[in-house]
Amino acid sequence: MPRYFTDEHEWIDVEGDSATVGITDYAQEQLGDIVFVELPDVGAMLDKGGDAAVVESVKAASDVYSPITGEVTEANGSLEDEPALVNSSPEEDGWFFRMTVGDKAEFEGLMDDKAYKAFVDNL
Amino acid sequence: MSDNDTLEDEMPLGTLPLDAWHRAQGARMVPFAGYEMPIQYEGIVAEHEWTRSSAGLFDVSHMGQLLLSGEGLDAAVEAILPIDLSTLKLGRQRYSLLLDDNGGVLDDLMVSRWPDNLYFVVNGATKYDDIGYLREHLPDEITLHHMEDHALLALQGPKAADALARHVTGEYTLADLTFMRFGRFEMAGHVVTIARAGYTGEDGFEISLPAEAAEEVARMLCAEPEVKPVGLGARDSLRLEAGLPLYGHDLSPEISPIEAGLIFGINKRRRTEGGFMGAERICREIAEGTSRKCVGLTIEGRMPAREGADVYAGDTKVGTVTSGGFSPTLGAPIAMAYVDSEHAANGTALECEVRKKRLPATVSPMPFVPHQYYRGN
Repeated sequence: MPRYFTDEHEWIDVEGDSATVGITDYAQEQLGDIVFVELPDVGAMLDKGGDAAVVESVKAASDVYSPITGEVTEANGSLEDEPALVNSSPEEDGWFFRMTVGDKAEFEGLMDDKAYKAFVDNL
Repeated sequence: MSDNDTLEDEMPLGTLPLDAWHRAQGARMVPFAGYEMPIQYEGIVAEHEWTRSSAGLFDVSHMGQLLLSGEGLDAAVEAILPIDLSTLKLGRQRYSLLLDDNGGVLDDLMVSRWPDNLYFVVNGATKYDDIGYLREHLPDEITLHHMEDHALLALQGPKAADALARHVTGEYTLADLTFMRFGRFEMAGHVVTIARAGYTGEDGFEISLPAEAAEEVARMLCAEPEVKPVGLGARDSLRLEAGLPLYGHDLSPEISPIEAGLIFGINKRRRTEGGFMGAERICREIAEGTSRKCVGLTIEGRMPAREGADVYAGDTKVGTVTSGGFSPTLGAPIAMAYVDSEHAANGTALECEVRKKRLPATVSPMPFVPHQYYRGN
């Protein structure tokens, strides 16, 4: 199951025509203590690079963008009760939402694990 | 993802005496008030909770420390500030306001009476404007000295006194130093001035000391088991819980201190006598009231309403949030807002609009978390 990364620090796991999206460990580290996550509604149509979710840390609100175009099929209900999951398990239990994969060509501009690591090391 | 925070103007940033020490402690440095300053070390919530339960050391050396002296000093200062200096005794500190001639707030500050002079602590972001304004309005006989060679450290929290007492010698003990008093002490061979005051709502101290002593004192205090360094992030969440306004957010030239609920900053004699900058408007507002007021809001749910969020009563916009965030102590969002006075009574149900959603909010008394000032045994 390939995982891609955006330069806005989202990750996306692809499984056939479905994908799971979250923010990276680097992102949660930068944000600090997360107190609330506003997730998209199921059925919402997201555009690649468009607003998808909002993460509220103690100090600020930050936008999370959709890595690809598609329709939201599920939002992670666990984050409602436990937004700190994004801090403790950003790349697993703290996932944000699942979506359909509209156009596989959109993965081409994203980074793989190695490229993202190099990207973060240069920040 | 991306931060919605706006970056400060791109200006060359200054460094403070403890810059290297902060970095060695693992601080994340951000531009603030023209300096690179630590926003956090281990994390805002952990630092916030540490300060409420133990003691946090804050570097507030960005703030302006001013020393005023000269013939006719009290009268000259009273011609500007709404303070009654006849009741400010030696060794006492008082909150005051720097107002423009329309009564708008240019800054809020602490005024202390030292043996031969008055000592001001003003906000970092406004200090150069304050100095210019004071010099313009003070007579030539008054000397204003900007103590740029001094650092300012705040030690705040229920265990601050225990930790500090181990390192302080002086004519009297820290127990004699009650809230809003200050005195000269010695720490690690340096003469320092310690005020029992702060910006967290906790018991605590503000230590003015020579810049070259700052690192030694910071290291010494953080070696105490009760003390950890705390950054600006927690300083903001702590002061919001304590209901203390932040200049540039809850106070500005567009806001009068009466609207802000800071009437205690207009000392009693001055309310009737006037004779300070902005007195006409201030005295009128004291008599007639204001059309809007600063209130505390507690917000339902977990989504914070931040600065700039509109406040509604039904369909009518009645105000704006000036500071808002998540209270680690209460586990809920809280905010300060200016609202029309008819909606300012405690218990009034209002709504904050955040990203087109309406969040139920209730006007609530401040502080949100009770103050723990030390007023003596």
